Amino acid sequence: MNMNWYKFSAPSAFYPLAGKLIPWFWALAALFGTVGLWLGLVVAPIDFQQGEGYRIIFVHVGASWMSMFIYVVMAFWAAIGLAFNTRLSGMMTAALAPTGALFTFLALWTGAFWGKPMWGAWWVWDARLTSELILLFLYIGFIALTRAIDDPRRADKAGAVLALVGVINIPIIYFSVKWWNTLHQGASVSLSKGSSMAALMLWAMLLCALAMWMYTIAVSLIRVRGIILERERHTEWVKALLLQNAAAKPMIAPIAQREAK
Amino acid sequence: MSVVLHIIARDLRLALRRPADLASVLFFFIIVASLFPLGVGPEADLLRRLAPGVLWVGALLATMLSLPRMFADDFHDGALEQLALSPHPLGLIVLGKTLAHWLVSGLPLAALAPLLGLQFDLPVDTLLILSASILLGTPALSGIGAIGAALTLGLRGGGVLLSLLVLPLYIPVLIFGAGAVDASMNGINPHAHLFLLAALTVGGVVFAPFAAAAALKIALE
Repeated sequence: MNMNWYKFSAPSAFYPLAGKLIPWFWALAALFGTVGLWLGLVVAPIDFQQGEGYRIIFVHVGASWMSMFIYVVMAFWAAIGLAFNTRLSGMMTAALAPTGALFTFLALWTGAFWGKPMWGAWWVWDARLTSELILLFLYIGFIALTRAIDDPRRADKAGAVLALVGVINIPIIYFSVKWWNTLHQGASVSLSKGSSMAALMLWAMLLCALAMWMYTIAVSLIRVRGIILERERHTEWVKALLLQNAAAKPMIAPIAQREAK
Repeated sequence: MSVVLHIIARDLRLALRRPADLASVLFFFIIVASLFPLGVGPEADLLRRLAPGVLWVGALLATMLSLPRMFADDFHDGALEQLALSPHPLGLIVLGKTLAHWLVSGLPLAALAPLLGLQFDLPVDTLLILSASILLGTPALSGIGAIGAALTLGLRGGGVLLSLLVLPLYIPVLIFGAGAVDASMNGINPHAHLFLLAALTVGGVVFAPFAAAAALKIALE
Protein backbone atom coordinates (compact mmCIF):
# COMPACT_ATOMS: atom_id res chain seq x y z
CA MET A 1 0.00 0.00 0.00
CA ASN A 2 2.09 2.88 -1.20
CA MET A 3 -0.65 5.45 -1.35
CA ASN A 4 -0.41 9.18 -0.90
CA TRP A 5 -2.80 9.76 2.00
CA TYR A 6 -2.19 13.50 1.94
CA LYS A 7 -4.01 13.55 -1.36
CA PHE A 8 -7.30 13.14 0.50
CA SER A 9 -6.69 16.15 2.71
CA ALA A 10 -7.75 18.24 -0.27
CA PRO A 11 -11.52 18.72 -0.23
CA SER A 12 -11.73 18.09 -3.99
CA ALA A 13 -10.14 14.65 -3.55
CA PHE A 14 -12.01 13.81 -0.37
CA TYR A 15 -15.45 14.63 -1.79
CA PRO A 16 -15.65 11.67 -4.23
CA LEU A 17 -13.94 9.34 -1.72
CA ALA A 18 -16.54 10.20 0.92
CA GLY A 19 -19.27 9.63 -1.65
CA LYS A 20 -17.95 6.13 -2.35
CA LEU A 21 -17.59 5.26 1.36
CA ILE A 22 -21.02 6.42 2.54
CA PRO A 23 -23.08 3.43 1.21
CA TRP A 24 -20.67 0.98 2.85
CA PHE A 25 -20.99 2.61 6.24
CA TRP A 26 -24.78 2.74 5.89
CA ALA A 27 -24.76 -0.99 5.08
CA LEU A 28 -22.57 -1.78 8.08
CA ALA A 29 -24.73 0.38 10.35
CA ALA A 30 -27.88 -1.41 9.15
CA LEU A 31 -26.28 -4.85 9.53
CA PHE A 32 -24.87 -4.27 13.03
CA GLY A 33 -28.02 -2.45 14.12
CA THR A 34 -30.37 -5.20 12.95
CA VAL A 35 -28.35 -8.03 14.50
CA GLY A 36 -27.65 -6.07 17.69
CA LEU A 37 -31.25 -5.04 18.24
CA TRP A 38 -32.50 -8.53 17.36
CA LEU A 39 -30.12 -10.07 19.91
CA GLY A 40 -30.91 -7.39 22.46
CA LEU A 41 -34.67 -7.13 22.13
CA VAL A 42 -35.66 -10.65 21.00
CA VAL A 43 -33.01 -13.21 21.94
CA ALA A 44 -31.62 -11.83 25.22
CA PRO A 45 -33.58 -13.07 28.25
CA ILE A 46 -35.24 -10.83 30.81
CA ASP A 47 -32.85 -9.59 33.49
CA PHE A 48 -33.72 -11.12 36.87
CA GLN A 49 -33.18 -7.84 38.74
CA GLN A 50 -34.18 -5.14 36.30
CA GLY A 51 -36.89 -6.91 34.25
CA GLU A 52 -37.51 -5.69 30.71
CA GLY A 53 -36.33 -2.20 31.60
CA TYR A 54 -32.67 -3.09 31.28
CA ARG A 55 -33.02 -3.40 27.49
CA ILE A 56 -32.61 0.37 27.23
CA ILE A 57 -28.87 -0.15 27.79
CA PHE A 58 -28.60 -1.40 24.22
CA VAL A 59 -29.23 2.18 23.13
CA HIS A 60 -27.99 4.03 26.20
CA VAL A 61 -24.47 2.62 26.48
CA GLY A 62 -23.69 2.99 22.78
CA ALA A 63 -25.04 6.54 22.72
CA SER A 64 -23.00 7.51 25.80
CA TRP A 65 -19.83 6.02 24.36
CA MET A 66 -20.37 7.81 21.08
CA SER A 67 -21.14 11.11 22.80
CA MET A 68 -17.69 11.06 24.44
CA PHE A 69 -15.87 9.45 21.53
CA ILE A 70 -17.16 11.96 18.97
CA TYR A 71 -15.93 14.83 21.14
CA VAL A 72 -12.47 13.27 21.33
CA VAL A 73 -12.47 12.81 17.54
CA MET A 74 -13.54 16.45 17.16
CA ALA A 75 -10.71 17.55 19.44
CA PHE A 76 -8.32 15.40 17.37
CA TRP A 77 -9.38 17.08 14.11
CA ALA A 78 -9.28 20.46 15.87
CA ALA A 79 -5.67 19.86 16.93
CA ILE A 80 -4.72 18.70 13.42
CA GLY A 81 -6.44 21.75 11.96
CA LEU A 82 -4.64 24.18 14.26
CA ALA A 83 -1.27 22.48 13.89
CA PHE A 84 -1.20 21.85 10.14
CA ASN A 85 -3.69 24.49 9.00
CA THR A 86 -5.65 21.99 6.88
CA ARG A 87 -9.05 23.03 5.60
CA LEU A 88 -10.66 19.61 5.77
CA SER A 89 -10.07 19.24 9.55
CA GLY A 90 -12.31 22.18 10.35
CA MET A 91 -14.99 20.80 8.06
CA MET A 92 -14.78 17.40 9.79
CA THR A 93 -15.10 19.02 13.22
CA ALA A 94 -18.13 21.00 12.10
CA ALA A 95 -19.68 17.89 10.52
CA LEU A 96 -19.25 15.78 13.66
CA ALA A 97 -20.66 18.25 16.19
CA PRO A 98 -24.42 17.86 15.49
CA THR A 99 -24.19 14.05 15.64
CA GLY A 100 -22.25 14.30 18.92
CA ALA A 101 -24.89 16.59 20.38
CA LEU A 102 -27.59 14.17 19.20
CA PHE A 103 -25.94 11.19 20.92
CA THR A 104 -25.36 13.19 24.12
CA PHE A 105 -29.03 14.13 24.17
CA LEU A 106 -29.98 10.51 23.45
CA ALA A 107 -27.74 9.26 26.28
CA LEU A 108 -29.36 11.68 28.73
CA TRP A 109 -32.87 10.93 27.49
CA THR A 110 -32.55 7.14 27.57
CA GLY A 111 -30.79 7.47 30.92
CA ALA A 112 -33.81 9.34 32.27
CA PHE A 113 -36.11 6.59 30.97
CA TRP A 114 -33.94 4.00 32.69
CA GLY A 115 -33.58 6.05 35.87
CA LYS A 116 -37.30 6.47 36.47
CA PRO A 117 -38.11 2.76 37.04
CA MET A 118 -34.69 1.82 38.51
CA TRP A 119 -33.79 4.78 40.73
CA GLY A 120 -37.28 6.26 41.01
CA ALA A 121 -36.20 9.60 39.54
CA TRP A 122 -35.89 11.00 36.02
CA TRP A 123 -32.84 12.97 36.99
CA VAL A 124 -30.38 13.03 39.87
CA TRP A 125 -27.50 15.47 40.30
CA ASP A 126 -24.91 12.74 40.14
CA ALA A 127 -21.37 13.41 38.89
CA ARG A 128 -21.70 11.40 35.69
CA LEU A 129 -25.10 12.81 34.76
CA THR A 130 -23.97 16.34 35.46
CA SER A 131 -20.76 16.01 33.48
CA GLU A 132 -22.67 14.46 30.56
CA LEU A 133 -25.02 17.46 30.70
CA ILE A 134 -21.99 19.76 30.59
CA LEU A 135 -20.86 17.82 27.51
CA LEU A 136 -24.19 18.64 25.86
CA PHE A 137 -23.65 22.33 26.70
CA LEU A 138 -20.15 22.11 25.21
CA TYR A 139 -21.51 20.69 21.95
CA ILE A 140 -24.19 23.39 21.85
CA GLY A 141 -21.62 26.07 22.63
CA PHE A 142 -19.38 24.76 19.84
CA ILE A 143 -22.24 24.76 17.32
CA ALA A 144 -23.41 28.22 18.43
CA LEU A 145 -19.90 29.68 18.22
CA THR A 146 -19.09 28.28 14.79
CA ARG A 147 -22.49 29.35 13.41
CA ALA A 148 -22.06 32.89 14.79
CA ILE A 149 -18.85 33.51 12.84
CA ASP A 150 -19.38 34.31 9.18
CA ASP A 151 -15.84 33.71 7.97
CA PRO A 152 -15.52 29.90 7.78
CA ARG A 153 -11.76 29.91 8.39
CA ARG A 154 -12.13 31.91 11.59
CA ALA A 155 -15.12 29.77 12.61
CA ASP A 156 -13.04 26.61 12.19
CA LYS A 157 -10.14 27.91 14.23
CA ALA A 158 -12.24 29.43 17.01
CA GLY A 159 -14.24 26.18 17.18
CA ALA A 160 -10.99 24.22 17.32
CA VAL A 161 -9.73 26.22 20.32
CA LEU A 162 -13.06 25.69 22.09
CA ALA A 163 -13.08 21.96 21.30
CA LEU A 164 -9.58 21.57 22.71
CA VAL A 165 -10.45 23.51 25.88
CA GLY A 166 -13.61 21.44 26.37
CA VAL A 167 -11.90 18.08 25.94
CA ILE A 168 -10.82 18.30 29.62
CA ASN A 169 -14.39 17.28 30.42
CA ILE A 170 -14.13 13.86 28.73
CA PRO A 171 -11.86 12.16 31.31
CA ILE A 172 -13.98 13.73 34.04
CA ILE A 173 -17.11 12.04 32.63
CA TYR A 174 -15.35 8.78 32.02
CA PHE A 175 -13.79 8.48 35.48
CA SER A 176 -16.59 10.21 37.40
CA VAL A 177 -18.06 6.88 38.53
CA LYS A 178 -14.66 5.87 39.91
CA TRP A 179 -13.62 9.19 41.46
CA TRP A 180 -16.89 9.96 43.18
CA ASN A 181 -19.16 7.49 44.83
CA THR A 182 -22.11 8.07 42.54
CA LEU A 183 -25.56 6.67 41.99
CA HIS A 184 -24.68 5.86 38.38
CA GLN A 185 -23.20 2.38 38.34
CA GLY A 186 -19.58 1.78 37.40
CA ALA A 187 -18.60 0.39 34.04
CA SER A 188 -19.84 -3.15 33.37
CA VAL A 189 -17.33 -3.63 30.60
CA SER A 190 -13.59 -3.16 30.94
CA LEU A 191 -10.64 -4.23 28.85
CA SER A 192 -8.54 -5.48 31.75
CA LYS A 193 -11.11 -7.34 33.82
CA GLY A 194 -13.47 -8.51 31.09
CA SER A 195 -17.16 -7.99 31.50
CA SER A 196 -19.57 -8.50 34.34
CA MET A 197 -22.43 -8.98 31.86
CA ALA A 198 -23.79 -12.12 30.24
CA ALA A 199 -21.97 -12.76 26.95
CA LEU A 200 -25.11 -12.50 24.85
CA MET A 201 -26.12 -9.14 26.29
CA LEU A 202 -22.57 -7.91 25.90
CA TRP A 203 -22.53 -8.86 22.22
CA ALA A 204 -25.86 -7.19 21.63
CA MET A 205 -24.61 -4.03 23.31
CA LEU A 206 -21.33 -3.99 21.41
CA LEU A 207 -23.11 -4.54 18.09
CA CYS A 208 -25.51 -1.68 18.82
CA ALA A 209 -22.58 0.56 19.72
CA LEU A 210 -20.82 -0.47 16.50
CA ALA A 211 -23.98 0.32 14.54
CA MET A 212 -24.03 3.82 16.07
CA TRP A 213 -20.37 4.24 15.23
CA MET A 214 -20.96 3.33 11.58
CA TYR A 215 -24.04 5.57 11.51
CA THR A 216 -21.93 8.45 12.86
CA ILE A 217 -19.34 7.98 10.11
CA ALA A 218 -21.98 7.76 7.38
CA VAL A 219 -23.89 10.84 8.57
CA SER A 220 -20.74 12.88 9.17
CA LEU A 221 -19.46 12.06 5.70
CA ILE A 222 -22.75 13.20 4.19
CA ARG A 223 -22.58 16.39 6.22
CA VAL A 224 -18.94 17.03 5.36
CA ARG A 225 -19.78 16.62 1.65
CA GLY A 226 -22.44 19.28 2.07
CA ILE A 227 -19.99 21.59 3.83
CA ILE A 228 -17.35 20.99 1.12
CA LEU A 229 -19.82 21.92 -1.63
CA GLU A 230 -20.94 25.02 0.25
CA ARG A 231 -17.44 26.30 0.98
CA GLU A 232 -15.89 25.36 -2.36
CA ARG A 233 -18.78 26.60 -4.47
CA HIS A 234 -16.54 29.16 -6.20
CA THR A 235 -14.03 26.58 -7.40
CA GLU A 236 -13.88 25.06 -10.84
CA TRP A 237 -14.29 21.46 -9.73
CA VAL A 238 -17.58 22.17 -7.94
CA LYS A 239 -18.91 24.03 -10.96
CA ALA A 240 -17.91 21.13 -13.21
CA LEU A 241 -19.53 18.69 -10.82
CA LEU A 242 -22.75 20.69 -10.74
CA LEU A 243 -22.93 20.80 -14.53
CA GLN A 244 -22.21 17.08 -14.73
CA ASN A 245 -25.00 16.35 -12.25
CA ALA A 246 -27.29 18.69 -14.11
CA ALA A 247 -26.72 16.76 -17.32
CA ALA A 248 -27.94 13.62 -15.55
CA LYS A 249 -30.98 15.39 -14.08
CA PRO A 250 -32.52 17.81 -16.57
CA MET A 251 -34.84 19.23 -13.90
CA ILE A 252 -32.06 21.09 -12.10
CA ALA A 253 -30.08 22.04 -15.18
CA PRO A 254 -31.08 25.73 -15.23
CA ILE A 255 -30.18 26.17 -11.56
CA ALA A 256 -26.85 24.42 -12.00
CA GLN A 257 -25.98 26.52 -15.03
CA ARG A 258 -26.81 29.70 -13.17
CA GLU A 259 -24.71 28.61 -10.20
CA ALA A 260 -21.84 27.68 -12.46
CA LYS A 261 -21.66 31.19 -13.90
CA MET B 1 7.30 39.74 34.00
CA SER B 2 7.40 43.52 33.78
CA VAL B 3 5.06 43.23 30.78
CA VAL B 4 2.46 41.59 33.00
CA LEU B 5 2.81 44.35 35.61
CA HIS B 6 2.61 47.07 32.96
CA ILE B 7 -0.56 45.59 31.49
CA ILE B 8 -2.10 45.24 34.96
CA ALA B 9 -1.27 48.88 35.78
CA ARG B 10 -2.60 50.08 32.43
CA ASP B 11 -5.86 48.13 32.64
CA LEU B 12 -6.41 49.20 36.23
CA ARG B 13 -5.89 52.84 35.31
CA LEU B 14 -8.37 52.50 32.46
CA ALA B 15 -10.90 50.73 34.67
CA LEU B 16 -10.60 53.29 37.47
CA ARG B 17 -11.30 56.10 35.02
CA ARG B 18 -14.72 54.58 34.48
CA PRO B 19 -15.77 53.70 38.02
CA ALA B 20 -19.42 53.38 37.01
CA ASP B 21 -18.59 50.19 35.07
CA LEU B 22 -16.98 48.75 38.17
CA ALA B 23 -19.86 49.71 40.40
CA SER B 24 -22.48 48.26 38.06
CA VAL B 25 -20.92 44.81 38.38
CA LEU B 26 -21.01 45.03 42.17
CA PHE B 27 -24.57 46.31 42.20
CA PHE B 28 -25.59 43.50 39.90
CA PHE B 29 -24.21 41.06 42.49
CA ILE B 30 -26.11 42.82 45.28
CA ILE B 31 -29.37 42.89 43.34
CA VAL B 32 -29.20 39.21 42.31
CA ALA B 33 -28.46 38.18 45.89
CA SER B 34 -31.32 40.36 47.18
CA LEU B 35 -33.83 38.90 44.74
CA PHE B 36 -33.69 35.46 46.35
CA PRO B 37 -34.98 36.40 49.81
CA LEU B 38 -37.77 38.31 48.07
CA GLY B 39 -38.51 35.33 45.84
CA VAL B 40 -38.37 32.41 48.26
CA GLY B 41 -39.44 34.20 51.44
CA PRO B 42 -37.55 35.49 54.46
CA GLU B 43 -37.26 32.32 56.62
CA ALA B 44 -33.74 32.35 58.06
CA ASP B 45 -33.25 28.56 57.92
CA LEU B 46 -34.13 28.33 54.25
CA LEU B 47 -31.99 31.35 53.37
CA ARG B 48 -29.03 29.96 55.26
CA ARG B 49 -29.29 26.73 53.26
CA LEU B 50 -29.58 28.59 49.97
CA ALA B 51 -26.85 31.13 50.72
CA PRO B 52 -23.71 29.29 49.47
CA GLY B 53 -25.26 28.46 46.11
CA VAL B 54 -27.01 31.80 45.61
CA LEU B 55 -24.01 33.93 46.54
CA TRP B 56 -21.67 31.85 44.41
CA VAL B 57 -23.99 31.89 41.38
CA GLY B 58 -24.35 35.65 41.86
CA ALA B 59 -20.56 36.13 41.97
CA LEU B 60 -20.17 33.90 38.91
CA LEU B 61 -22.74 35.83 36.86
CA ALA B 62 -21.31 39.18 37.96
CA THR B 63 -17.82 38.07 36.86
CA MET B 64 -19.24 36.88 33.55
CA LEU B 65 -21.03 40.18 32.88
CA SER B 66 -17.77 42.10 33.06
CA LEU B 67 -15.95 39.72 30.70
CA PRO B 68 -16.82 41.27 27.31
CA ARG B 69 -15.05 44.48 28.35
CA MET B 70 -11.78 42.60 28.89
CA PHE B 71 -10.80 42.84 25.22
CA ALA B 72 -13.62 44.71 23.47
CA ASP B 73 -12.47 48.31 24.10
CA ASP B 74 -8.88 47.55 23.12
CA PHE B 75 -10.16 45.69 20.07
CA HIS B 76 -12.26 48.60 18.86
CA ASP B 77 -9.60 51.29 19.25
CA GLY B 78 -6.87 49.09 17.77
CA ALA B 79 -4.78 48.87 20.94
CA LEU B 80 -5.18 45.11 21.00
CA GLU B 81 -3.61 44.79 17.57
CA GLN B 82 -0.65 46.86 18.74
CA LEU B 83 -0.30 44.66 21.82
CA ALA B 84 -0.40 41.55 19.64
CA LEU B 85 2.30 43.03 17.38
CA SER B 86 4.60 43.79 20.31
CA PRO B 87 7.61 41.49 20.78
CA HIS B 88 6.26 40.16 24.09
CA PRO B 89 4.38 36.85 24.11
CA LEU B 90 0.65 37.46 23.75
CA GLY B 91 0.04 34.87 26.48
CA LEU B 92 1.76 37.10 29.05
CA ILE B 93 -0.22 40.13 27.92
CA VAL B 94 -3.43 38.13 28.31
CA LEU B 95 -2.23 37.00 31.74
CA GLY B 96 -1.87 40.64 32.72
CA LYS B 97 -5.33 41.47 31.43
CA THR B 98 -6.75 38.44 33.26
CA LEU B 99 -5.20 39.53 36.57
CA ALA B 100 -6.38 43.11 36.03
CA HIS B 101 -9.88 41.80 35.36
CA TRP B 102 -9.73 39.83 38.59
CA LEU B 103 -8.59 42.91 40.54
CA VAL B 104 -11.65 44.88 39.41
CA SER B 105 -14.20 42.04 39.57
CA GLY B 106 -13.20 39.07 41.75
CA LEU B 107 -11.48 41.05 44.49
CA PRO B 108 -14.32 43.53 45.16
CA LEU B 109 -16.84 40.68 44.93
CA ALA B 110 -14.94 38.78 47.62
CA ALA B 111 -14.91 41.92 49.78
CA LEU B 112 -18.62 42.45 49.27
CA ALA B 113 -19.73 38.84 49.74
CA PRO B 114 -19.59 38.75 53.60
CA LEU B 115 -21.96 41.70 53.71
CA LEU B 116 -24.47 39.83 51.56
CA GLY B 117 -23.82 36.71 53.62
CA LEU B 118 -25.08 38.62 56.65
CA GLN B 119 -28.36 39.21 54.84
CA PHE B 120 -28.61 35.44 54.50
CA ASP B 121 -27.94 34.98 58.21
CA LEU B 122 -24.63 33.11 57.75
CA PRO B 123 -22.48 32.54 60.86
CA VAL B 124 -19.26 34.57 61.12
CA ASP B 125 -16.76 31.73 60.43
CA THR B 126 -18.73 30.86 57.32
CA LEU B 127 -18.54 34.48 56.14
CA LEU B 128 -14.76 34.22 56.23
CA ILE B 129 -14.80 30.95 54.27
CA LEU B 130 -17.23 32.51 51.77
CA SER B 131 -14.86 35.41 51.22
CA ALA B 132 -11.84 33.10 51.03
CA SER B 133 -13.55 30.76 48.54
CA ILE B 134 -14.52 33.67 46.27
CA LEU B 135 -11.03 35.09 46.58
CA LEU B 136 -9.53 31.72 45.60
CA GLY B 137 -12.04 30.79 42.90
CA THR B 138 -12.56 33.99 40.92
CA PRO B 139 -9.06 34.09 39.32
CA ALA B 140 -9.98 30.82 37.61
CA LEU B 141 -13.22 32.45 36.45
CA SER B 142 -11.29 35.39 34.99
CA GLY B 143 -8.87 32.99 33.27
CA ILE B 144 -11.50 30.74 31.72
CA GLY B 145 -13.56 33.83 30.93
CA ALA B 146 -10.65 35.30 28.98
CA ILE B 147 -10.84 32.34 26.58
CA GLY B 148 -14.57 32.93 26.04
CA ALA B 149 -14.11 36.69 25.67
CA ALA B 150 -11.35 36.17 23.11
CA LEU B 151 -13.37 33.61 21.12
CA THR B 152 -16.46 35.83 20.91
CA LEU B 153 -14.55 39.05 20.24
CA GLY B 154 -16.36 41.22 17.71
CA LEU B 155 -19.18 38.74 17.03
CA ARG B 156 -22.81 39.75 16.89
CA GLY B 157 -24.72 38.52 19.92
CA GLY B 158 -21.34 38.05 21.58
CA GLY B 159 -22.67 38.50 25.12
CA VAL B 160 -25.18 35.66 25.03
CA LEU B 161 -22.77 33.43 23.16
CA LEU B 162 -20.09 34.19 25.74
CA SER B 163 -22.33 32.96 28.56
CA LEU B 164 -23.14 29.81 26.58
CA LEU B 165 -19.42 29.05 26.15
CA VAL B 166 -18.17 30.07 29.57
CA LEU B 167 -20.84 28.96 32.04
CA PRO B 168 -20.42 25.20 31.43
CA LEU B 169 -16.70 25.59 32.08
CA TYR B 170 -17.43 27.51 35.29
CA ILE B 171 -19.34 24.62 36.83
CA PRO B 172 -16.37 22.95 38.65
CA VAL B 173 -15.46 26.27 40.31
CA LEU B 174 -19.07 26.75 41.38
CA ILE B 175 -19.27 23.22 42.82
CA PHE B 176 -16.12 23.50 44.93
CA GLY B 177 -16.72 27.14 45.89
CA ALA B 178 -20.26 26.59 47.10
CA GLY B 179 -19.11 23.25 48.55
CA ALA B 180 -16.53 24.99 50.76
CA VAL B 181 -19.12 27.40 52.18
CA ASP B 182 -21.62 24.60 52.64
CA ALA B 183 -19.07 22.43 54.44
CA SER B 184 -18.03 25.17 56.84
CA MET B 185 -21.69 25.91 57.62
CA ASN B 186 -22.28 22.25 58.49
CA GLY B 187 -19.21 22.09 60.71
CA ILE B 188 -17.09 20.12 58.26
CA ASN B 189 -13.52 21.20 57.51
CA PRO B 190 -13.70 23.15 54.21
CA HIS B 191 -9.99 22.85 53.44
CA ALA B 192 -10.41 20.07 50.88
CA HIS B 193 -12.76 22.25 48.81
CA LEU B 194 -10.50 25.28 49.18
CA PHE B 195 -7.44 23.30 48.05
CA LEU B 196 -9.31 22.08 44.98
CA LEU B 197 -10.39 25.65 44.24
CA ALA B 198 -6.80 26.79 44.55
CA ALA B 199 -5.79 24.00 42.15
CA LEU B 200 -8.42 25.11 39.63
CA THR B 201 -7.20 28.68 39.95
CA VAL B 202 -3.56 27.75 39.44
CA GLY B 203 -4.51 25.64 36.40
CA GLY B 204 -6.87 28.29 35.04
CA VAL B 205 -4.49 31.21 35.45
CA VAL B 206 -1.48 29.35 34.07
CA PHE B 207 -3.00 27.61 31.04
CA ALA B 208 -6.02 29.71 30.10
CA PRO B 209 -4.06 32.84 28.99
CA PHE B 210 -2.31 30.80 26.31
CA ALA B 211 -5.57 29.36 24.98
CA ALA B 212 -7.04 32.88 25.09
CA ALA B 213 -3.98 34.23 23.26
CA ALA B 214 -4.50 31.62 20.50
CA ALA B 215 -8.15 32.66 20.29
CA LEU B 216 -7.18 36.36 20.12
CA LYS B 217 -4.78 35.69 17.25
CA ILE B 218 -7.63 34.03 15.36
CA ALA B 219 -9.92 37.00 16.06
CA LEU B 220 -7.28 39.49 14.91
CA GLU B 221 -6.41 37.70 11.67
